[in-house]
Amino acid sequence: MSDLNAQAKEKYHNNFLKEVAANVEEGDWVKMCMQCGVCSGSCPFGPHWAHPPQEIFMMIRAGKREEVLTSDSMWMCTSCYNCIVRCPRKLPITHIMHGLANYAHRLGLAPKNQPTRQFAKLFWNNIVKTGRVNELKLSLGLYFKDGLASGIKTGMAMKNVGLGLMKAKRLNPMEILGGHGCKDIKGIQAMVKKAQEIEAKRKGFTAA
Amino acid sequence: MATKEYAFYPGCSSQPGASASNYLTSVNSMCKTLDIKLNEIPDWNCCGASIGYAEGGELPRHAMNARNLALAEKELAGQPVVATCAACWLSARETKERLDHDATLKSDANEALKEAGLQYNGTAEVKHMVEVLIEDFGYDALKKPVVKPLQGMKFAGYVGCQTNRPFGIQGESFENPVYLDKLVETMGGEAVSYDQKVTCCGGALAFSEPEKAQKQIKDIVESAYDHGAEMIVTPCPLCQANVEIYQGDVNKRYGTKFNIPVLYYSQLMTLAYGGSAKEAGLDGQLIKATQLEAFAAKK
Repeated sequence: MSDLNAQAKEKYHNNFLKEVAANVEEGDWVKMCMQCGVCSGSCPFGPHWAHPPQEIFMMIRAGKREEVLTSDSMWMCTSCYNCIVRCPRKLPITHIMHGLANYAHRLGLAPKNQPTRQFAKLFWNNIVKTGRVNELKLSLGLYFKDGLASGIKTGMAMKNVGLGLMKAKRLNPMEILGGHGCKDIKGIQAMVKKAQEIEAKRKGFTAA
Repeated sequence: MATKEYAFYPGCSSQPGASASNYLTSVNSMCKTLDIKLNEIPDWNCCGASIGYAEGGELPRHAMNARNLALAEKELAGQPVVATCAACWLSARETKERLDHDATLKSDANEALKEAGLQYNGTAEVKHMVEVLIEDFGYDALKKPVVKPLQGMKFAGYVGCQTNRPFGIQGESFENPVYLDKLVETMGGEAVSYDQKVTCCGGALAFSEPEKAQKQIKDIVESAYDHGAEMIVTPCPLCQANVEIYQGDVNKRYGTKFNIPVLYYSQLMTLAYGGSAKEAGLDGQLIKATQLEAFAAKK
């Protein structure tokens, strides 16, 4: 991963704005930000961002590559799309934040134990296994991410919710055996693999 | 009126034994009354939701959605795709917009789709069930089958995020959409006015950042109570789950005594159309909607 990072740094000669425009989802919009701050003020998790979106945009332009990519900030995005609909310059801010987080994740720079990063990884691996979400395995995976002891503790704390959901037929304990899935899971997995290959080529995620 | 047919994308949470299975129960009942035929897209897959971005990236996520759309184009030609889940709808529609406006992305997605023996052409329209109701039917047509108006019941219409932004329902404002209130009123109920109608419930971060998300949930529920609501109603499965399931945790954290039922618009419609508690999926409530159960039992 750090090879990819060194490679990207080298390729863009510390022009981080150019790097973002080329490799980050909707990254070419960053230069359009006029620093009004409406995005930062509109974010439901705003107070929890070390650097709110407006600041991230300025930091990108100032070439603060490490600070941006190692930041916990983008991982605070709840995908509520408030910033997108309010931005006077129509920047697709939600997508840019997703793109930055994904880029930092791919380069291995995102904070290691960031809980949303961990959950997002669990989620994606969960869905590409059968083609559909296995809600039971997803919840259990999350509870046990920090080991058995803390998993049992979280599981106990969530016990009533889980039992309530089972009683309401909204959680099926049998999903542990596999659960719902797509018939053409082979086709889906081949398709995802191909898409990953194409994206890696386009965004410089392949080692030179 | 002739039967209206749609290529149906139910989404993971609507499957039997999943977190929004009662949503589907009520949607089926509602559609029966309205003579809507939902033809499930064969072998549909997960949309990747929003949280899929971090590990899934851009193209793999679009490929997942393009597969569903390609299946609909091929197997259910000419039928608009309709999703009941906010995230499914948002993801499918976002993929459609991106692919239809970006030739490179479209050809990349099609190269990936070839591995699954499919091709995306962009011929199918993507709609949310609420759009079907409002645009393809309209409030007057939705009112006609009402046999039991929800008189005297007060609802906080909780629109949330993803049915509202970034696409939303045509003609509605992002800051104060009124379609859900109008649906409640069309069913004979009262829609209270409150200030957290489009507040984010925390979405997927309810799992990864529970403390921060529960603050959002607290604000939403508190405002609903403060403005006289007896129940909350929403079009989104994740809003429903988060706002209902975590009330117990919120109570522990904030010393509140929240216990407000959270329902889907389709449940209210099923009941107003004369459906039973079972047909409306009321047995799926974690916080029992006792008022509605009594209402459903009444002839």
